[in-house]
Amino acid sequence: MSKLRYALYTGCTARESTPELLKSTLAVAKKLDIELVLLDEASCCGASHLQDFDDFLSLVLNARNICYAEKRGLDMVTICNTCQLNTAMTKHRLDSNPELKAKVNEKLEEVGLVYKGTSNVRHFLYALIEDYGLDNLRDKVVKPLSELNIAPFYGCHNIRPSELHHHFNRTKENPYNPTSLEELIEALEGNSVDYWHKNKCCGFHVDLQAPKTSNILTGNALADAYDNNADVMVTPCPLCHLNLDVKQKAATKAVGRELKLPVLHLPQLIGLALGCTPEELGLKHHVTEVPA
Amino acid sequence: MKVTFKVFRFNAETDYLPHYDTIEMDVKEDEVVLDILNRIKWEHDGSFSYRRSCRHGICGSCAVKVNGRSTLACKERMVDMIELFGNELIIEPVSKKRAVKDMVVDKADFWKKYETVKPWLEAEIDEHPSMENIIPPEEAEKLEEADYCIQCGCCYYACPVVEVNEDYLGPAAFEKAYRFTADVRDHAKKERLEIVDILGQGVWDCVKCYECAEACPKEIDPIGKITKLHNQIFEEGVAKSNVATRHAVGFKRSIKKHGILDEGDLVLYSEGFGVVKHMHEAFEMFKKGKIVLPWNMPKSKNLDEIQKLIKSSSTVKF
Ligand code: SF4
Ligand code: SF4
Ligand code: FES
Repeated sequence: MSKLRYALYTGCTARESTPELLKSTLAVAKKLDIELVLLDEASCCGASHLQDFDDFLSLVLNARNICYAEKRGLDMVTICNTCQLNTAMTKHRLDSNPELKAKVNEKLEEVGLVYKGTSNVRHFLYALIEDYGLDNLRDKVVKPLSELNIAPFYGCHNIRPSELHHHFNRTKENPYNPTSLEELIEALEGNSVDYWHKNKCCGFHVDLQAPKTSNILTGNALADAYDNNADVMVTPCPLCHLNLDVKQKAATKAVGRELKLPVLHLPQLIGLALGCTPEELGLKHHVTEVPA
Repeated sequence: MKVTFKVFRFNAETDYLPHYDTIEMDVKEDEVVLDILNRIKWEHDGSFSYRRSCRHGICGSCAVKVNGRSTLACKERMVDMIELFGNELIIEPVSKKRAVKDMVVDKADFWKKYETVKPWLEAEIDEHPSMENIIPPEEAEKLEEADYCIQCGCCYYACPVVEVNEDYLGPAAFEKAYRFTADVRDHAKKERLEIVDILGQGVWDCVKCYECAEACPKEIDPIGKITKLHNQIFEEGVAKSNVATRHAVGFKRSIKKHGILDEGDLVLYSEGFGVVKHMHEAFEMFKKGKIVLPWNMPKSKNLDEIQKLIKSSSTVKF
């Protein structure tokens, strides 16, 4: 297999409130000999809120981010579900509407950029499954996760709206019964936990304006995983992680259940199986502690 | 094809708890879900209850859930369901907690919320017009097919916020509000926007889970309409300064300063004095190295480019 190279759009969270996500992503890529080129020019994707205020501005900024992957001749990978959705949605809208693309390019030209539509945009999860391959990943496992019951938590923006994601991924995930995380867990020789809330919402996006809603949704997901004997939860989305890990006490109150479940980022789980050290994976950065 | 169906059964008049009947059937290539419901009634149990009327995907009465996925029974082909979920299928009403008898649910809350957005055109219409009131195609396109909604409730019963907040108006009502706020003939645009702008029940409480977009059998994209309502609230000057609107505006403010988001500052700006309630969590995060202090805040490379684009591409003021 020739060396895989991608432009990495980190998003804001991996640079700020979940530094362990960036750290573990880089550690896993190194172990797998995947080259990740950081898009340091990129701006925030607007996290699905900027578009509520100014849709056109959101399109221009997201298109600019993709331009920098295109300039390097690389496909983009993301490590946050919401970044993935916003970037993919922008790309899809521009690629399917020449008039809109021209309007956006008119602005981008002011800073010497042009959006062409040549880079694909995928979450790291799907790039791994589709390009690296689960069999190759399985070959790299040095510490099988066979002792762990792992609850996959998908996060909304990687699986819905499914039609949009199917333009970007070869993996045609069924949003009502997604399986990619389970397949990945199996490749790492872990036991995946089947539970109803695995493809439900954690409520992150209303954390400020409707904390009660947010806390109940988070609490329901944690309690469900816990009731199905999960030792740990794993998610490909750092925003879900923030709700599920940091807000566990608030969620406990909201649903009236004692909840204490470590919540790992996807690359942290992979890294554990590949033999990365807890330090390389930033395991000490979790509010709900990850037992050694 | 042999399929095993698990069918939700409940009679509010006689049962305390629901149960499931397991029925095995041979499913034919051309059957839809409604054919199966009919056969359950005709071949297995005449008391089995469900709603249907048009059989053409336009009355919205036959909505049920198959393996958790909302669908119009008369439109959904069995072969597609089997392809998605295999040959063990669970048939349930769109909302188990609202079940009255088997697949029949009490939609009272749905209709009550639907009514609050004034689901009709408000316009002075000449009683004796001399010519047709023609809407040019480009104006009609702005509705983005919102007028195709059949009030089936698939989106509403799929929405997780509806489940946990009984005041929340929900995707179908918002979809309908947009159908009229986008209509050039309508005179009640601001009034409607004010109805959906209320914190606790309005568009700001949507968690953006896209369940409604996934569920809608008419492919109307209710959350897309919710985004449009957010935009109109700002464009029409209806937006009040509160935690939700400042949160949206705060992204532009932060991107202008750093390119990437200053997450701490965003919370501070959105919450105002309310920020104190986050102090405990902020402290926990700080202890774990999860907070970047203002003087260490990273900035995007080529920030001047981002600032220039914000200046030239902004279309809305707040
Ligand atoms: S996107 Fe919003 S309206 Fe649609 S189902 Fe989710 S919370 Fe409900
Ligand atoms: S928006 Fe779609 S799912 Fe919702 S009530 Fe209308 S037709 Fe049904
Ligand atoms: S019977 Fe009318 S929509 Fe199905």
